[in-house]
Amino acid sequence: MVDSLSLKSEVAAPAPAPAPKRGRGRPRPSVRSRREGWAAYVFLIPWFLGLFLITIGPIVASLYLSFTDYSLLDEAKWVGLDNYVKMFTEDPRFWASLKVTTIYVVVSVPLQLGFALALALLLDRGLRGLSFYRSIYYLPSLLGGSVAIAILWRKIFGADGLVNAVLAIFGIQGTSYVNNPDTALSTLILLHVWTFGAPMVIFLAGLRQIPSSYYEAASIDGAGVVQQFKSVTLPLLTPIIFFNLVLEVIKSFQSFTQSFIVSNGTGGPSDSTLFYTLYLYSKGFKEYEMGYASAMAWVLVIIIAGLTGVNFLASKYWVFYGDDSK
Amino acid sequence: MATTVSSRNPVLYRRRVSRGAKHLMLIGFGLVMLYPLLWMISSSLKPEELIFREPGLIPSEFTFKNYTEGWTALAHPFGYYLWNSAVITALSVVGNLVACSLAAYSFARLNFPLKKLWFALMLGTIMLPFHVVIVPQYIVFSQLDMINTIWPLILPKFLAHDSFFIFLMVQFIRTLPRELDEAASIDGAGYWRTFFRVILPLCTPALATTAIFTFIWTWNDFFSQLLYLNNPDNFTVPVALRTFLDSSGESSWGPMFAMSIIALGPIFGFFLAGQKYLIRGMATTGLK
Repeated sequence: MVDSLSLKSEVAAPAPAPAPKRGRGRPRPSVRSRREGWAAYVFLIPWFLGLFLITIGPIVASLYLSFTDYSLLDEAKWVGLDNYVKMFTEDPRFWASLKVTTIYVVVSVPLQLGFALALALLLDRGLRGLSFYRSIYYLPSLLGGSVAIAILWRKIFGADGLVNAVLAIFGIQGTSYVNNPDTALSTLILLHVWTFGAPMVIFLAGLRQIPSSYYEAASIDGAGVVQQFKSVTLPLLTPIIFFNLVLEVIKSFQSFTQSFIVSNGTGGPSDSTLFYTLYLYSKGFKEYEMGYASAMAWVLVIIIAGLTGVNFLASKYWVFYGDDSK
Repeated sequence: MATTVSSRNPVLYRRRVSRGAKHLMLIGFGLVMLYPLLWMISSSLKPEELIFREPGLIPSEFTFKNYTEGWTALAHPFGYYLWNSAVITALSVVGNLVACSLAAYSFARLNFPLKKLWFALMLGTIMLPFHVVIVPQYIVFSQLDMINTIWPLILPKFLAHDSFFIFLMVQFIRTLPRELDEAASIDGAGYWRTFFRVILPLCTPALATTAIFTFIWTWNDFFSQLLYLNNPDNFTVPVALRTFLDSSGESSWGPMFAMSIIALGPIFGFFLAGQKYLIRGMATTGLK
């Protein structure tokens, strides 16, 4: 009963809209449309310059470089698939960085989104002081990516940091968490979870789109709070959950600053915080193995595209887009 | 027990209790969330040796020594790095506003050949990991002798490299009534005039969102500033902080905290001033 009510979903995922469906409209005087076309391209000049000079051009160049040995000083030397083969067969640090990043993404993103959703649910439904709470919870996501916060984190979890100062009150003596390979990554995961405010704001916007009449109908049908959540809120929110998931996976796979600052650029201790992008950076711009770094960048693109693709495929089974999209 | 009291209106009573508990929980959780920040502020005002002896927030001894020490701890006074950051950030904001709004107007309002293709490409670049372009970009900028200048950092903004903001503005312009354009056109306004006089003024909220996010992202940006600025004379705040951390190792946390707070100050200020646009921009497009 409740399910049938929620079929006509009005929740629109804030996902990229399809390209504008104009241009096939009624034919116009050709002089005018030609003038319009010219004007349009003039408006787009900066963007076109950017597109070709600093996006498409470099993409092609980086694909080429990924098949070469290049150090900025000598000519690029064609080596075929060597970079890729070396990466997968002879480079344990590449695998370490992949493992660290994967653990980071797989653990921190669901935790972050879980907190975001839980808090959004608590804050919804006309709670007094909503905007105050929202600001407090949102603030960390604005600051979280900065060097200053990474420095703070390093000290909080350092040997004589805040965590150990608090533990000392209870008579527990802790060690440094950032210098311990078993716990270093967890501190970075915690930092990521700390920035749950941004997806929370998106969840709140999504919750507000759910018409309150659905809840009224559900409660008339005798659905309790839990039932309402399961039958109304959750299905109608799945597009937003999906959107947040795709976005956060892409973003967190590219995290850099936190691991760089916390590990002093080394990815240590013993590569336990060696994020993929940190390894790419040190290969490309510390050791100047730019061909290898380009190959790593392409592997990153493929991984991210793959993950996003899997996300989209899996979404068919759990994301609810309402009746009409069937 | 309390049946006589609550039986007068048990539902209301229970609701009030549960609402109170909810607020208590939300405040408690918010405090835990903000504790690291508050602790950093309080630590920056304590003498160094007290920082790790007192996990509490109220310093038993106040001092501004950390600030005066931190300000002069590096090759230049910290204000120098703030200025460098401010220049790059301000130019980035201008660049993004100009280039992205021009492109957005074209995509949202004008018809032109291959529009669908370009629009699809624009959307595609939003999700593209920038690592795939960073190596060739670096090579080009180094061949143009632009390493250690601000060009690699601001030029992309003037070329609408952050296509995310184009998308944001396109979405916004689409909500504006087309009759406005038509009226302007009947009055004899060309595309430029329509853009400047009609569309742009109405876009203020989208422009504000773009400006605020560009500010915060550029101010916080570490990767490209670390990459392109190697000379201490060009250092920005994030790179300077990193050098501070490098040079002082595990000591002088007080001054480092003090400078970190100064570094976060502008973001906090923009957050307070532009909250409305931040939240709205986030909610409509899901950016961060």
